[in-house]
Amino acid sequence: MIGARLNWRIFVGGGALLMLALTAILAPLLAPVDPLEQDLFLELLPPWWQADADPTRALGADSLGRDVLSRLIHAARPALIVAVVAGVLTMLLGTALGLLAGYMGGMVDVVISRMVDIWTSFPPVLLAIMLVALIGTGLHSVIIAIVLIDWTRFCRVVRSETLAQTEMEYIDAAVIGGLKRGAILFREVLPNVLPLVIVLLTLEMSIAIIVEAILSFVGLSVSSDSPTWGGMIAEGRQVIHQAWWVMAFPMGLILIAVLALNLLGDGLKTALDPVLRR
Amino acid sequence: MSPILDIHDLRVSLRRGAHLVRDVSLSVDAGEVHGLVGESGAGKTMIAKAVLGILPDAIRISGGSALFRSDDLLQLPPKRLRSLLGREIALIPQDPLTGLNPARRISAQMTDMLRHHLGQSRGEARANALRLLQEVQIRDPEQVLDRYPHELSGGMRQRVLIAIAFSAEPSLIVADEPTTALDVTVQKQILRLIRQMQERHGTAVLFVTHDLGVVAKVCHRVTVLHTGQVVEQGDIADIMSARATPFTRALMDATPRYDQPADALHPVPEHIHQELRATARRFDEANP
Repeated sequence: MIGARLNWRIFVGGGALLMLALTAILAPLLAPVDPLEQDLFLELLPPWWQADADPTRALGADSLGRDVLSRLIHAARPALIVAVVAGVLTMLLGTALGLLAGYMGGMVDVVISRMVDIWTSFPPVLLAIMLVALIGTGLHSVIIAIVLIDWTRFCRVVRSETLAQTEMEYIDAAVIGGLKRGAILFREVLPNVLPLVIVLLTLEMSIAIIVEAILSFVGLSVSSDSPTWGGMIAEGRQVIHQAWWVMAFPMGLILIAVLALNLLGDGLKTALDPVLRR
Repeated sequence: MSPILDIHDLRVSLRRGAHLVRDVSLSVDAGEVHGLVGESGAGKTMIAKAVLGILPDAIRISGGSALFRSDDLLQLPPKRLRSLLGREIALIPQDPLTGLNPARRISAQMTDMLRHHLGQSRGEARANALRLLQEVQIRDPEQVLDRYPHELSGGMRQRVLIAIAFSAEPSLIVADEPTTALDVTVQKQILRLIRQMQERHGTAVLFVTHDLGVVAKVCHRVTVLHTGQVVEQGDIADIMSARATPFTRALMDATPRYDQPADALHPVPEHIHQELRATARRFDEANP
C-alpha cells in the first residue's frame, strides 16, 4: 500500500471530496443565513446573475423564501454522514462475510451465497423504502437500510477474490509455514483483497449518497424541515416551471459528489493494484 | 542410515472413490535427494501434497502411513503438524509466480518463517533473510528485500522461495517441480543451487518432477510412478543403466537432450501404457 502511485483522478476526485467534507463540517460558519429562516417576500427569488436578484441570496430562494445556498451547504452534512458511516459499515459487514464464505467454503459458503442471491433478487430502492418505513424515518434508519441492502455488493466481490487467492500456491506455502487459518486469512488473503475493497468503498459511498437523496426525496430521511439534497429536489420539482434553480443546484451537487467518488475510486484502483503499479 | 521420511502403502483417492495413488511406498534418507518421477497424472504431486497435508478438499488419504522420524504425518493432530511443517519440513512450490504473496514485500514473507518458528526479533530476522538471499546468490539482496514479487524475475523469485524453504533449517524439503515454470537456462542454475544448498545444510529433498534429465542431475535415488503405482525404485545409476524397466527406458527416450537432435525423441509406446493401466485396473478391482 505504501508507495502507491498517485494520479490526477485521485487529486481531482479527492480534492472535490475534501471541499465537500469541509463544507459539511464548517456549514454553520459558511452558510450566509439560517437555512430554516423563511421570508415570504423573497419567495422564488432568482440567483445572483438574473434580474431582480437579492445579493444576500446568491443562489436564490425557494417557495418558502429560504436561502438555497445555505440549505445546500447544510444539506451536505446528512449526505456525507450517510456516505461515510453507511459506506464503512457496509464494507465491514460485506467484507467479513465474503472472506468467510470464500475461505471457509462448504456450508458457510452455501448459506452466505444463497443469502446474497435472495438479497439481490429484491429491487434495492423498494427494499430501502420498505425497510425505512418499517424501522421509522431518520438518518440512522437510512444508514441501517443501506447496510442491510448493500452488503451483498462487497460480499460477492470479496468472496470471489478470496476464492481466487486461496488457489494460489503462496497459501499452501503459508499452511506449510505453520500459520493458523485465521492468520492466513488476515495476513495473506486480506492484503490482496484490500485494494478491491477500498475501490468498492468509494463506489458504495456514492451509492449511499444517491440512496439518501432518494429516501429524502420521498420524505423518509431526516425530518422534513432540515435541509437535504433529495428533499430540496422534491420541493424544487413542484415549482420547476417558475424556479428551475431550486431543483438544479442540489442535483448538480449530487452529480459532483458521485462523480468525485467514482474518479477517486478509479484512481485508487490503478494506484493500489500491486501489479499495475509500476 | 534410517530414513527421515518413510512412506508406506500410501493410498490417495477421490472422495467419489477412484484411486489416484495406489499403495506407494518410498523412503527418503537424511541428506538424500529422492526423485519422484512420472508423467502428468501419475500421482507424484498428490504424494507430495498428502505428506504436507495440503490435498484439495475433493481428495482424501484412504490408507497407509508417512512416518517423519517417528511421527505419522497422516495421523498427527493439526497443532502438532503445524509445528513440524515449516520448521522441520518445508516446501519449494512449483510456480514462482503464485508461490509468493503479490501484496507483501519479500522481507515480510521471508521474516515470517524466521519470526514465527524460530522466535527471532524483527532485526535478527531481517539480518538472517539478508544472509539467506546472499546464500542463494541474489545480487543486491538489500534492495530485493524491499521489493514486491512482481518486481523480480522468475529465476529470482524461485531463488527467494528456495531461501525461504531453507530458512528454518528443515531436515526435509519437498520440491514440487521447482524448475518446470522456468527458462531452460535458468533451470540449470536453480538445479545446481538446490543441490548446493542441500549438501551444505544436509537437508533431505523429495524432488518431484516429470523430467528424467533433471533427475539425473540432482537425485541420489529415484521412484518412477505410473498411474499412481511404483514402476521402478532404486539408485540413480541403476535406473540410468540398461537394467531399467521398459517404461523407464521409454521415458528416457522421450526426454529431450541438448546434445541430440529432436528427431531422436520417441513418445512412450502405447503398449507400455496399456500394460501399466491394466495393472492399475487389477489393483482397483482388488481394492474397491
